[in-house]
Amino acid sequence: MTAVLIAVAALLALAAVFGAVLGFASEKFKVEGDPIVEQIDSLLPQTQCGQCGHPGCRPYAEAIAEGEDHNRCPPGGQDTVVALSELLGREELTLDNEGAEDANVAKVAYIREDECIGCTKCIQACPVDAIVGAAKLMHTVIVDECTGCDLCVEPCPVDCIDMLEVKPTLQTWGWHRPAGIGERPDSRIEVVNL
Amino acid sequence: MSLITSTSPHATVKNNTGAFMRQVIYATLPGLAVLTWQFGWGSVINVLWAVIVALVSEALFLKARGRNIAFYLKDYSAVVTAVLLGLALPPTAPWWLTLIGVSFAIIVAKQLYGGLGMNPFNPAMVGYVLLLISFPVAMTQWLAPGEPLSFVQSWQLFTGQLPVDGLSGATPLDTFRTAHSAGAASEGELASHSILHGQFAGLGWEWVNLAFLLGGLYLISRKIITWHIPVGFLAGLGLPALLAWLIDPVRFADPLFQLFSGGAMLGAFFIATDPVSAATSRMGRLIYALLIGLLIWVIRTFGGYPDAVAFSVLLLNLSAPFIDYYTQPRTYGHKSSKRGVS
Amino acid sequence: MSQPQSSKPRKPLSVFARLASGIRRPAKIHDFHGGIHPPEMKHLSNGTPIVPGPLPQQLVLPLNMHIGAPAKPLVAPGDKVLKGQMIAEPIGAVSAAIHAPTSGTVSAIGPRPIQHPSGMDAVCIVIDTDGEDQWVEHQGIADYTDKSPAELVDLIRHAGIAGMGGAGFPTSIKVNLGDHQRVEQLLINAVECEPYITADDRLMRERAEQIVTGIHILQYLLNPRRTLIGIEDNKPEAISAIKRACKGCDIEVRVVPTKYPSGGEKQLIQLLTGKEVASGQLPAQVGVVCQNVGTAYAIKRAVCDGEPLVSRVTTLTGDGVSQPGNYEVLLGTPVRDLLAHGNLAGLDIGRLVMGGPMMGFTLHNPGVPVVKTTNCIIAASPEELPEPPPEQPCIRCGSCAEVCPANLLPQQLYWHAKNDDLEKAQHHNLMDCIECGACAYVCPSHIPLVQYYRYAKGEVRQQAADQVKADKARQRFEARQARIEQEQAEKEARRQARLEANRKKKEAGPAAASTVDVAALKQASLDASKAYKAAVKAAKTAEAEGADNLAELKAEADRLKALADKAKAAVRDAKDGAPVAAAPAEDTVAKLKKQVGDASSAYKAAVKAAKAAEAEGADNVAELKAQADTLKASADALKAELREAKANAPAATAPVAQTDPVAELKKQVGDASSAYKSAVKAAKQAEEEGADNAAELRAEADKLKAAADQLKMELRDAKANAPAAPPPSAPAPTTIEQPDPVAALKKQVGDASMAYKAAVKAAKQADEEGADNATDLHSKAGELKAIADQLKAELRDAKAAAPPTPKAAPAATATTDSPAVPEEQAPQSLAEVDPEQAAKRQKRLKGLKTAYNMAHKQYKEAHAAYERAERNETASADELQAMQVKIDKLKAKADNARDALDALVEEAKADIRAHTGKDLKTLKLEAARAESALADKQQELEQQRSSASEDTLEALSSELQALESETQIARKALKQAVEEQGLAE
Repeated sequence: MTAVLIAVAALLALAAVFGAVLGFASEKFKVEGDPIVEQIDSLLPQTQCGQCGHPGCRPYAEAIAEGEDHNRCPPGGQDTVVALSELLGREELTLDNEGAEDANVAKVAYIREDECIGCTKCIQACPVDAIVGAAKLMHTVIVDECTGCDLCVEPCPVDCIDMLEVKPTLQTWGWHRPAGIGERPDSRIEVVNL
Repeated sequence: MSLITSTSPHATVKNNTGAFMRQVIYATLPGLAVLTWQFGWGSVINVLWAVIVALVSEALFLKARGRNIAFYLKDYSAVVTAVLLGLALPPTAPWWLTLIGVSFAIIVAKQLYGGLGMNPFNPAMVGYVLLLISFPVAMTQWLAPGEPLSFVQSWQLFTGQLPVDGLSGATPLDTFRTAHSAGAASEGELASHSILHGQFAGLGWEWVNLAFLLGGLYLISRKIITWHIPVGFLAGLGLPALLAWLIDPVRFADPLFQLFSGGAMLGAFFIATDPVSAATSRMGRLIYALLIGLLIWVIRTFGGYPDAVAFSVLLLNLSAPFIDYYTQPRTYGHKSSKRGVS
Repeated sequence: MSQPQSSKPRKPLSVFARLASGIRRPAKIHDFHGGIHPPEMKHLSNGTPIVPGPLPQQLVLPLNMHIGAPAKPLVAPGDKVLKGQMIAEPIGAVSAAIHAPTSGTVSAIGPRPIQHPSGMDAVCIVIDTDGEDQWVEHQGIADYTDKSPAELVDLIRHAGIAGMGGAGFPTSIKVNLGDHQRVEQLLINAVECEPYITADDRLMRERAEQIVTGIHILQYLLNPRRTLIGIEDNKPEAISAIKRACKGCDIEVRVVPTKYPSGGEKQLIQLLTGKEVASGQLPAQVGVVCQNVGTAYAIKRAVCDGEPLVSRVTTLTGDGVSQPGNYEVLLGTPVRDLLAHGNLAGLDIGRLVMGGPMMGFTLHNPGVPVVKTTNCIIAASPEELPEPPPEQPCIRCGSCAEVCPANLLPQQLYWHAKNDDLEKAQHHNLMDCIECGACAYVCPSHIPLVQYYRYAKGEVRQQAADQVKADKARQRFEARQARIEQEQAEKEARRQARLEANRKKKEAGPAAASTVDVAALKQASLDASKAYKAAVKAAKTAEAEGADNLAELKAEADRLKALADKAKAAVRDAKDGAPVAAAPAEDTVAKLKKQVGDASSAYKAAVKAAKAAEAEGADNVAELKAQADTLKASADALKAELREAKANAPAATAPVAQTDPVAELKKQVGDASSAYKSAVKAAKQAEEEGADNAAELRAEADKLKAAADQLKMELRDAKANAPAAPPPSAPAPTTIEQPDPVAALKKQVGDASMAYKAAVKAAKQADEEGADNATDLHSKAGELKAIADQLKAELRDAKAAAPPTPKAAPAATATTDSPAVPEEQAPQSLAEVDPEQAAKRQKRLKGLKTAYNMAHKQYKEAHAAYERAERNETASADELQAMQVKIDKLKAKADNARDALDALVEEAKADIRAHTGKDLKTLKLEAARAESALADKQQELEQQRSSASEDTLEALSSELQALESETQIARKALKQAVEEQGLAE
């Protein structure tokens, strides 16, 4: 009987010691993890376009953290959905992109300046302050800052904003990926007047 | 007039993968010739039949995968697999044995993994091991060396008209093993087995291995393979053998016997050197081959099978990514090599 | 054995030599990993001396012949230029000047194809040569040591010298190191390891002295401890020439074994010094500066002869030309002219390569010019550089790893690049690849490895750029949010201040006593509604969680609602009883408005809940719907009350009040139609899910639609009945008063046609969904159309009857020139339009519009019918075809009408511009601005309604009203201007 008691007491003592050690360790070596909202936000494309129904990427990240579906970001594409699924350990959803099938093409807003009436509505709509101009004066888009979210197109009363595809320049041009196994990697161009 | 536009470089070697593979096939010819000289026409029939089976199964599977059949058959990789498996099979093998082995090698070990370049295991060895496990008797019946069968006999063996039992004999490795499995054999007992005493290694087999060594040297001279894998392989097999033999020459076979018996040279120059399933970097390949050789010696000496090239190669195929992980070369401009990527 | 004797007298000398070599360590050539030995093909072009290139008709000089910022043109088309005259100056630190390579006239500055693998165009200066090749005045420096290094660096920069080896890095940067950087070794790259190229080889054979002078200038600039020239052992003549020229000076000639790519900067550094340049660093960071021999030669020409970089030695080679060799080509010479000069062999040219066969790029256009970096042009026959064979699978043979000079694992890089696994590719040091092409050269599977790496590198850079952009966007977004919040806070603060002022004023007034009791009641009412809201919320959450006590909670909510209503009624009563002052009357209305808002939001919430429940297939859908209906009814009742209240509100409150019923009605109409829309949506959803109650929902939607229609009708009536009082902010402008009935009518017409359009749309939708009531809707649309048409007719009559006052009384408008209403000036200036012409145009416009509308409608209907038929497969193919033809015809008709209409509209617009000081745009702008301000205010009011106090609301609504009236004026001015011209939509 005493043997049993001793055994139980010893086990209890051990449990208490190890519990204390573990508790101390968990406090002492606590890993300050990146808050999940930050991680989600870093995966979102930061176009601040609002197509998810939230005013910007950060609010959407917060909403996702609170359980909203993570497939509502057309600019991020399916890749972002997959990355978010991985991060969150949620089911992989298909991208919910009604009417935004060409989301992968980089675009930039362009104001046809002779048609602009200077109403400032697009300035108010732009989530990244990429449109400059004052009331009654012509507005223009700062191309480098424009995220191509097309939020300014809708409010324009005279429909003078176009979303133009970003064409490659000498600086941004890059070789395309080769066609792959079984294909020749070259192409031919017709040249006259050599 | 039209101009080509392409990325540099605009000049390339005339070589291609098909030519590489053809060189490998040519390099096996001495070995095949000696096998024929020693054991009769069985190996030739095996190799030809294996090639037919390989091409047909590869073509069928390519068709099923919707690929360009001619384009992929031209790389000769299926032929190489077939030739190597055909050489590894005993000359007594009936047609169905080869059929099963080769079609399994091509379809399961190669095409199901995505075809050439995607297979993690050496297809020929996968086929060999399948047969060895499924049909151990048929796979271990070799003929006595130096008594070649006529073409008719070989053909009858191939078609199954001739029972193999009356013809088969043990290989030197087998003999050595059997002598020891009964208990510690004496020097005298070993001397009584004439098959263990050829010119410099096991009878008959010494010439087979010498022929494969010659073929392998040809491959190295043509820069089809680098020296790393054969040297590593032979060192991994020979050094422990030497060490053990110095300690106890009765209990352990001498290194020459080890190096020139069974599939040692075929394995060192033709099988372990399959680049697809081997390790990647030079250092990695050296380690990879050393371990294969070591494993062969261990299995031959302590294991349950007389020869072990196939098992060792497959085991090391499995470890190749792990070896790659630790043997990245140091890139120019970097202080140390990187770890942790495969 | 006589040797020892003969060497004996020399012994002291050899000791001396040994001592000397003790100071300088013996020349050791290191090695680098990998490398290949492709066929050299140098014999094609190294046998003949350098000869001058052609003088073409036109020279094309890209502004970006070098790495860095493009130069800035100093000339304009039409300018005469002389040879050596600077035509573009360097901009920024990393840039180089451009000089006219010969005399002539600048004919254009614009995009031309340039030296780039993409085949894209870039801005170039085009010079039409005059054939005289007349130099600008220039003078060399006799003794460069007279000048300070800084002066020489500036000279080099303005002589436009950039690395001639291939990269084109501006030389002035490389020779201008800070004092803190000690140059251990100056390496002169004369390796020229690429096959085919012999330009440096010939240059060294023929102009070794000048090259050595150039090297001396470099030594003067950099003051290196040692200077080494690296030359490959396949150029024995060049080696001996350079050795001769270097005799007696401190330049060491190092012969390196022939191996590609030993001419790569990093490889040469490793060969000659054994040092490695750490990844991501520059050679200068290990104390080494590398310069090409061609660059040294160009420096000599610039410094000693005063000749800027206007030409270079370029190898023209390949089977395609019959006179291969080295030519001293003017920069900007199109490759086409150079090829003609080298006599095209009449062979078929397979590819045209600028640069060497290993690292050069294929040209898309023979018009691309020779630039500062062009060391070679290969016109190769198809046999010489054959078409690359198809890519085969990688067998991981490792040949590529054997030859990689950077000691990478190319097969792994290929694998990761192919799979877009950029992270792993970078981990395998993708970015350390120098793209020398050795791996692709040896690959037995003919994999275009370099293209894979370039692609992957491009993607990596793109991703990095995207990341930077995303970070910036995030920062900007956050800054904007912060700013908006701050603005909101400031606005709030201002409002508080204003309220305070108001309250003080009020306290001073006599009505203070009577408001007390109202205030208490208000408080009670507020509390009650708060409780109600909480209850509703609780019910909603419960619903969401599927709790059991849902019904209970709802009942509670209802009870609370009743209580709140009672309280509100009490407030109302109290207010009614209160002295009939302007403000309290307003209060009632405001209060009612609030109630209406609450009620409708409750209704909306209910609808939403019902929808959600439906989506989840909950049992209590019907219940929820019923609830929604009750709420709707109560909202309607409240609205009616509100209407009444407004009607009863003393007419004297403010002129603004009169616009209120209309506005309110509008709001109702809006609510009703949004309710309808959501109902339709719910119905659609239900239909899609095949729910049972779809028909029910549809009926509901119809009911709502009817209600909305009725409201619209009411709105019209109300508008018609609204007294034609002058807008409040215009004191007494008779000019505005008179067109009002017409304006009202116009508005009605607009509304009516809008209603019609909505109806048509609904009908179409119904059609598309194959709903039962489609025909009903169609007939309804027809009715609406009739109404609209009638109204239009009325409008026409009214207009005819109305005197053209705005035109008749220009003087009167002038008196209204208060700052609040500057907009009136627009109609005034419009008066100058010829009325007769305008009227005529107006008529035509109207006719055209009707025609267009009819055609368009017919087209739409036909199209809908076609689609319906197609979907339901009721019609045969022939019938469908016939329908299609009909549709096309109608479409054409509609388009014709539209075109004519557009033309007329344009004409009218032009007229407005011609006749008014402000053009249409300005008017539009003013209207749009006013409207946006109004919308903002409305939104604010909406937001504040639930939270802010009565006083705030009051202040806000009065602001709103002021804005409304302002907007109306702006709108009216615009409309008037537009309608004068018959441009109304």
